[in-house]
Amino acid sequence: MPEVKKETGTFAVKKGLAEMLKGGVIMDVVTPEQAKIAEDAGAVAVMALERVPSDIRAQGGVARMSDPEMIIGIQQAVSIPVMAKARIGHIVEARVLEALEIDFIDESEVLTPADDVYHILKSEFKVPFVCGARNLGEALRRVGEGAAMIRTKGEAGTGDVVEAVRHIRQVSKDIQRVVSASPMELMTIAKEMGAPYELALQVKELGRLPVVNFAAGGIATPADAALMMVLGCDGVFVGSGIFKSDNPAKRAKAIVEAVAHYQDFKLVAEVSKGLGEAMRGQSVAQMEDKDKIADRGW
Amino acid sequence: MKIGILALQGAVREHRNLLRCLGVETVDVLNPHDLHGISGLILPGGESTTVGKLLVRYGLLEPIAEAGRAGLPIFGTCTGLILLSKYINGSAQPRLGLMDAHVERNAFGRQLASFEADMPIPALGDAPFHTVFIRAPYIEKAGGDVTTLLSLEDKILFAQQGNLLAAAFHPELTSDTRVHEYFLRIIATAQTSQ
Repeated sequence: MPEVKKETGTFAVKKGLAEMLKGGVIMDVVTPEQAKIAEDAGAVAVMALERVPSDIRAQGGVARMSDPEMIIGIQQAVSIPVMAKARIGHIVEARVLEALEIDFIDESEVLTPADDVYHILKSEFKVPFVCGARNLGEALRRVGEGAAMIRTKGEAGTGDVVEAVRHIRQVSKDIQRVVSASPMELMTIAKEMGAPYELALQVKELGRLPVVNFAAGGIATPADAALMMVLGCDGVFVGSGIFKSDNPAKRAKAIVEAVAHYQDFKLVAEVSKGLGEAMRGQSVAQMEDKDKIADRGW
Repeated sequence: MKIGILALQGAVREHRNLLRCLGVETVDVLNPHDLHGISGLILPGGESTTVGKLLVRYGLLEPIAEAGRAGLPIFGTCTGLILLSKYINGSAQPRLGLMDAHVERNAFGRQLASFEADMPIPALGDAPFHTVFIRAPYIEKAGGDVTTLLSLEDKILFAQQGNLLAAAFHPELTSDTRVHEYFLRIIATAQTSQ
């Protein structure tokens, strides 16, 4: 057999991993024990972090990348992909996570931004990145920097799904606008959205984002998760919603099943029974703007 | 003719698109009754622990295994290869256990080791096939009835056993339809021999 030339860290293999996660649930975990519960419940990946978003909200202070020791503990505890968060613009936190051979980095607004002007140039890394977005322009700017996966931001740590819904509806509306535009209109629309033209053109040809798009931020129940799938997301991230509830193992399993069978409402009803109390949460409508996380990043 | 695609989780859309390019009707398989009337089944890539659990919870594992034993052609990619195999090193996770193969999960390492490469696959013709491996498994050893269609450094990456076809890579992530056409030929042969 002739010599085979293996190429690693290409955009195709980065995007490919995201494709394999579709229809799945990615769960925030802060210990190896929680990671095991998530894996046993059927999570497609876990997000290793030091504090779940609702605790970051409650405790305040600067939220940073997790302790590598904790990340390694989680990598050893499970066989599913392990993701971890780096601060927006924090090139070195991202390089540290890459050195730990993390499977996916979330350049996340949930942590305190390290750079208030630039996001990480993600195309320079071999490890894939996922980034948050509130609209198509923001999503395509992140893809332009090399993100291999997008998640709508929602409002993390609230247990209120309204922002996640607003963001996926906005992305869908923007995509519709690009798809129905004439070729002559596209450059102006790309300018208005702040989207790289070439990527806007790709969206027009594909009729969807060029990468996988998950929902995040405020998903607390199986019905919330199924709602995001009905609205066209490829999968969901659940942060505080699981381990801040009464019965994490049962709720995690129920959310996994609701996402796999999101069009089967009898099944969603069945798995929603007797889960105990969901995270208490806080209504986004009653929050002050300065407390909103989604506005971080641009 | 209709081909089922197990749609519990993973790269379902990509298989559906490739089969549509070949003019084949597909049906998403989510429940046992979806298996009625299909001529073949695809097990797409995804997370094998997740898919295995959902197969058990929704009573699909046994009906699919039964159909496979009765001769239904089944094609598994990546996670699908793991599910098809009888032996999974170091794991008791649910499986169909149809193919006489010992499989190693995440065999190349974590995501950083995921790769793409052109590989010669004589069964698909002269042109090399562009293979994409994502946290891929491989078959460490296989029984005498298993034909190796592609191997690299003694690792089996593409194999056939009767009506079962298993690939460690993801032909559905490319636009090359030759692996899917190969599966369609297995189905055609199975139908004429019935």
